[in-house]
Amino acid sequence: MTRNKVIEVENLGASFGDTRVLNDVSFSAYQGEVTIILGSSGCGKSTVLKHLLGLYPIMQGTVKILGQNVAELTEKEQLELYLKMGVFYQNGALLNSMTVGENVALPLVQHTHLPDHLINDIVYMKLGLVNLENAFYKYPSELSGGMLKRAALARAIALDPPVLFCDEPGAGLDPISLESLDRLIINLKELLGMSIIMVTHEVSSILRIANRIIYLSKGNVLFEGTLKEALASTEEEVHQFFSVIDDADKVKQK
Amino acid sequence: MKAEDTRYYIAIEKDTIYLLENQTLYLTGTLTLRRVSVFSRKMIKELKSSGLKNYIFNFDKLESIDSAGVTAIFYIQKQLAQQGIKIRFEGGNESITRKIELFRPEKFEEPALPEKVNLFEKVGNSVSYFFSSYVFGFLTLAANVFYFAVADFFRPKMRKAGEVSNQAVLIGVNSVLIVVFMSYVIGLVLALQSSGQLRNFGANVFIVDLTVIAMMSQMGPLITGILVAGRSGSSIAAEIATMKVTSELDALQTMGLNPIRFVVIPKLYASLITLPFLVILASVAGIVGGATAAYFYLDITPEVFINRMGNVMRNKELITGFVKSQVYACLIVLTGSFYGFRVVRGAEGVGKATTAAVVVAISLVIIADSILGLLFY
Repeated sequence: MTRNKVIEVENLGASFGDTRVLNDVSFSAYQGEVTIILGSSGCGKSTVLKHLLGLYPIMQGTVKILGQNVAELTEKEQLELYLKMGVFYQNGALLNSMTVGENVALPLVQHTHLPDHLINDIVYMKLGLVNLENAFYKYPSELSGGMLKRAALARAIALDPPVLFCDEPGAGLDPISLESLDRLIINLKELLGMSIIMVTHEVSSILRIANRIIYLSKGNVLFEGTLKEALASTEEEVHQFFSVIDDADKVKQK
Repeated sequence: MKAEDTRYYIAIEKDTIYLLENQTLYLTGTLTLRRVSVFSRKMIKELKSSGLKNYIFNFDKLESIDSAGVTAIFYIQKQLAQQGIKIRFEGGNESITRKIELFRPEKFEEPALPEKVNLFEKVGNSVSYFFSSYVFGFLTLAANVFYFAVADFFRPKMRKAGEVSNQAVLIGVNSVLIVVFMSYVIGLVLALQSSGQLRNFGANVFIVDLTVIAMMSQMGPLITGILVAGRSGSSIAAEIATMKVTSELDALQTMGLNPIRFVVIPKLYASLITLPFLVILASVAGIVGGATAAYFYLDITPEVFINRMGNVMRNKELITGFVKSQVYACLIVLTGSFYGFRVVRGAEGVGKATTAAVVVAISLVIIADSILGLLFY
């Protein structure tokens, strides 16, 4: 069975001044899968993500999202593509001047012609999905770090985008909230066929949700494959990353 | 559509027509975000006008639904329930039923509306908040700052080495050019505007009295105060606010360092030291501006101007300028710090704090100028 590629990155390269950040990055992400981008700090994960989101101009290589070459898009096409992408930023990036409800409603108000009451119902529902119903009238400054993240996820999925990008969604969340977030991500993937591209370091989360692993090291793709293949990988860095599972097992056996 | 019919069709869009048979509406195709606006609007209208009181939405032939679609069917159910029309859902493949279960809005608690407050309560709360938060907060900060300013005067260890000089450069030295230039221009214009009237009365030489007294006791300190409030008041507020949102102030506190002593006191010392010099420079520049206008429009030579100056200048003008500079220095640093410490909501808060600090500092400088003007009259 041929799987649909939602993202195709070929020979992506990037430099900041004299510093080479990405060398020759190539990988693919498939429809209805959770693709995790991994790697140690400074390996270029965020740079790759920003190229995928069209926030950095592509100087070398090609990036295709939903079959469209990002570098060749007109402004209108780029906007249409943005409507098919949900983005979850690490720090939430909610607009501080708006309530949480208004933040989540913003894409619905701007890009649909739905009646206000229906928009409100959708917003309640989205906030309910992330257990934040009571934050509707609150301002982002009144929320804790974990709540901010969940509110940001609600906004990212407001339009049921086919592709969801997540930048470290689990960082700073307690294990219980993280588990419920993972469950939601699995539901989004299975029920809506959402393709999720995620940068994360949470091993427990990766084990629960990942279909595919892209491991970056020093601006190169060190490993690309399924979660199972990653766990069995003989690449030292990849092996070391997942060795924390063995450590946990050892502690349990003590 | 007529109620007595047992089988008819509801057209939602050109390519979306649903069959309604014996109160059962068979939804087909896809019900996603793109379609729900028209779907919900038309469906409510059609079902309201039908005259029937019970419906069943059948999902057996529905291919796909998303979260907006699920919300829409529950929205229609809710809207029609208010008209006494009941809707029941049935059928659908596993994916549809799971989606309905996951996205069903009614399983989530509707958030409680924020409590409504009447006008009197609002006014009362605002007045109470103003006094407790602004007046009391400002006075508390002022008390702390003045206490530490005196207590730490001979304890340089309580602040970063060289910080007072550093702040003196930032607050004072870097303001010299703008203060001198603006004072010169204002002195020039002041003398220019007055020269016509003085010439009419043959009182040309009094331009010297006017310029010197106005610049030394009033305009010099005021121009300096306003410019430093705009320049340094904002930068003090922005610096402290940024330190607060990036938790630097918390870090200082948990390291056992008082943020007021470490951050505010050096700025206060620097302002108290540099503002009198800025006032003197402003006064001199303004007088030079006045002398320029006097020379060109009233034929008063610099020699005459300087000789007359000696008769006009009194210690009182110097003392007035000095006292004003000290008061302005305190007001500017206190206002900047007050708004900096009060910041909330991240980067947006920093911008608001900075703007508020500038507006309030300039206003306070002008109010203080009026009060001191009356006291030293």
